[in-house]
Amino acid sequence: MALLEVNNLDVRFALRGGDVRALRDVCFTLDRGERLGIVGESGAGKSVAAFSLLNLIAKPGYIAGGSIIFDGKELSGMKDRGLRRVRGNRISMIFQDPMMTLNPVLSIGEQMVESLKAHRRISTREARAIALHKLNQVQIPSPETRLDQYPHELSGGMRQRVIIAIALLLDPDIIIADEPTTALDVTIQAEIMDLLLELCDKHNVGLVLITHDLGVVSQVTQRMLVMYAGRVIEQGPTREIINGPQHPYTQGLINALPQMATPGSRLNQIPGSMPSLSNLPSGCAFHPRCGFVNDANGAPRKACLDKVPGFVDSGNCRVACHMVAELVNQQQRDSREEVL
Amino acid sequence: MIAFLIKRLFHAFLVMFVISVISFAIQDNLGDPIQQMVGQSVPESERAELREELGLNDPFFVQYLRFAKNAAQFDFGYSYIFNEPTTEVIMRHLPATLELVAATTLLIVLLSVPIGVYSAIKPRAWLSRAFMGVSIVGISIPVFLTAIVLIQLFAIGVEVTPFPVDTAWGAWLNDLLSTDGGMPAYGRGNPVNVFGTWDTNFSSLEGLTYLVLPAISLASIMLPLFIRLIRAEMLEVLQSEYVKFARAKGISLRRIYFVHALKNTMLPVITVGGVQIGTLVAYTILTETVFQWPGMGLMFLDAIERSDIPLIVTYLMIVGLIFVITNTLVDLIYGLVNPTVKLTGKPA
Repeated sequence: MALLEVNNLDVRFALRGGDVRALRDVCFTLDRGERLGIVGESGAGKSVAAFSLLNLIAKPGYIAGGSIIFDGKELSGMKDRGLRRVRGNRISMIFQDPMMTLNPVLSIGEQMVESLKAHRRISTREARAIALHKLNQVQIPSPETRLDQYPHELSGGMRQRVIIAIALLLDPDIIIADEPTTALDVTIQAEIMDLLLELCDKHNVGLVLITHDLGVVSQVTQRMLVMYAGRVIEQGPTREIINGPQHPYTQGLINALPQMATPGSRLNQIPGSMPSLSNLPSGCAFHPRCGFVNDANGAPRKACLDKVPGFVDSGNCRVACHMVAELVNQQQRDSREEVL
Repeated sequence: MIAFLIKRLFHAFLVMFVISVISFAIQDNLGDPIQQMVGQSVPESERAELREELGLNDPFFVQYLRFAKNAAQFDFGYSYIFNEPTTEVIMRHLPATLELVAATTLLIVLLSVPIGVYSAIKPRAWLSRAFMGVSIVGISIPVFLTAIVLIQLFAIGVEVTPFPVDTAWGAWLNDLLSTDGGMPAYGRGNPVNVFGTWDTNFSSLEGLTYLVLPAISLASIMLPLFIRLIRAEMLEVLQSEYVKFARAKGISLRRIYFVHALKNTMLPVITVGGVQIGTLVAYTILTETVFQWPGMGLMFLDAIERSDIPLIVTYLMIVGLIFVITNTLVDLIYGLVNPTVKLTGKPA
């Protein structure tokens, strides 16, 4: 059994005009030490998925259904007291913007010690020793002085190192990293990402990596999810999805990478933009932007317009598209032609 | 720290200079002191003589320099109406006002923080909504009206009989709506003298009862303001990423509210609070008049009515000084609470 198993997770926001479904039928698993990537456009539900795992979604959001089984225990209906033992202790998080994540009026040491004290019965002296050890691990220069410094005295990269140290403080089983390098200077993005990966490997920590960056996902994760309008539309081994995307949206995403365009010509793009969650199109949420929605006669397919596609197992991947079988056939034809 | 104090001292000096010029300039346009000092029967020639003797005919800046020289030695001249040095008059009235302001500040701090925090943590609870509703009423009603209503309710007492008196339940309900009165609402009672010149109301329960109604009415505008300010700041802080991160670390809600959030909430509140304590001293004029509280406010109004210019000027200078002192103290406290501020005296 996997360490983390998410089944049919359904998250809604209770708004005046009725519930908005931010996540529906999200399923995935994560094994010990495994790296899972979650990609998608802004607003696709990546962060909501990450935050709902520990029930940290802000009101009026709530988990309306599904299950989150971590280490054999159900988290989705758990009381706050029980969840608190998991948060930061067994599953910890790294946020996007290191400039905003640390409390400006508490010293680095205080923010690390309180974390340890919340989960373990230890003295401040012991807690500081552990904190110092972790700061050493994230390769911060002169860690002793950092403990008594305040966040504003540290640069963005250093702060993200501190946050990684905090995430590792209690030797968690899983780290959820929500775009951990997006807000950083490009020159240190790779540095921080390498550090995170190295430490996760060293301590056998599972990593859920949320990002826009397909390049990073393809390099560092073993499996990936592609999200669109609150649903997972394709998931499977990263290598297979990157090399042979089956959902038209995933194909579009990969096609939109700058390196896929012919030099000198315009970059490829997916026409249109993601629909608002409160006003989803009928049937497949992607159909207004999908290049495969019309049949041979140029008329839109009824299934795409009327029915929300279920998951289809296709090879090692699961794809939510009515057209998977045809698309796969076509791809195989294409690749045969290429070979010929 | 030392450099900061020196810099602030210089600022304070500048502010006091401006205040002194303004308050001194007032005397040119405020009544005729000779009229107040002597009766109707004194002939014009004697008045002119007296005017000359008092130096009231000298040019403005000569008079100002004379004033500034004396002011530096805390000598602001004689009060026309009390016939004694104005500083002594002020010193006699200062304790009453400072005690009223202290009681009010205590009331505001003790009530606004818990209420503001509560209504930010539970914004939808009926109690929070009630606090918000009442606070709007508090802000909207002027101090003197609040004071008069308080006197009517708790000093005089109100007996209403909307329900039949002859039935048991009617009498009970009438009783519930009526108030007994009996709270002191005039003067300070018998304050106890401590260290020489200072009369205090804080030493006995009886003395404290005299402070209740004046302090409540003086707090009636500031308290709601602070409740709303703390609530708004706290609501914003609770939305912040670092509060979310603290939750993700598994920190208890109590620690998140009272360590992570409250400390950040209080930063702007401290800044506003410093200015408002000074304003509170100014507001005492109204409250002290209604309750005949023998403080500086009442004295100041008296001085204006009777054109006691030296006393008016002294009052303005002292209130200005109180403003400057509280603001400097607040800046010091702010520097201690906020680690991003360094009290070095030069911009970081």
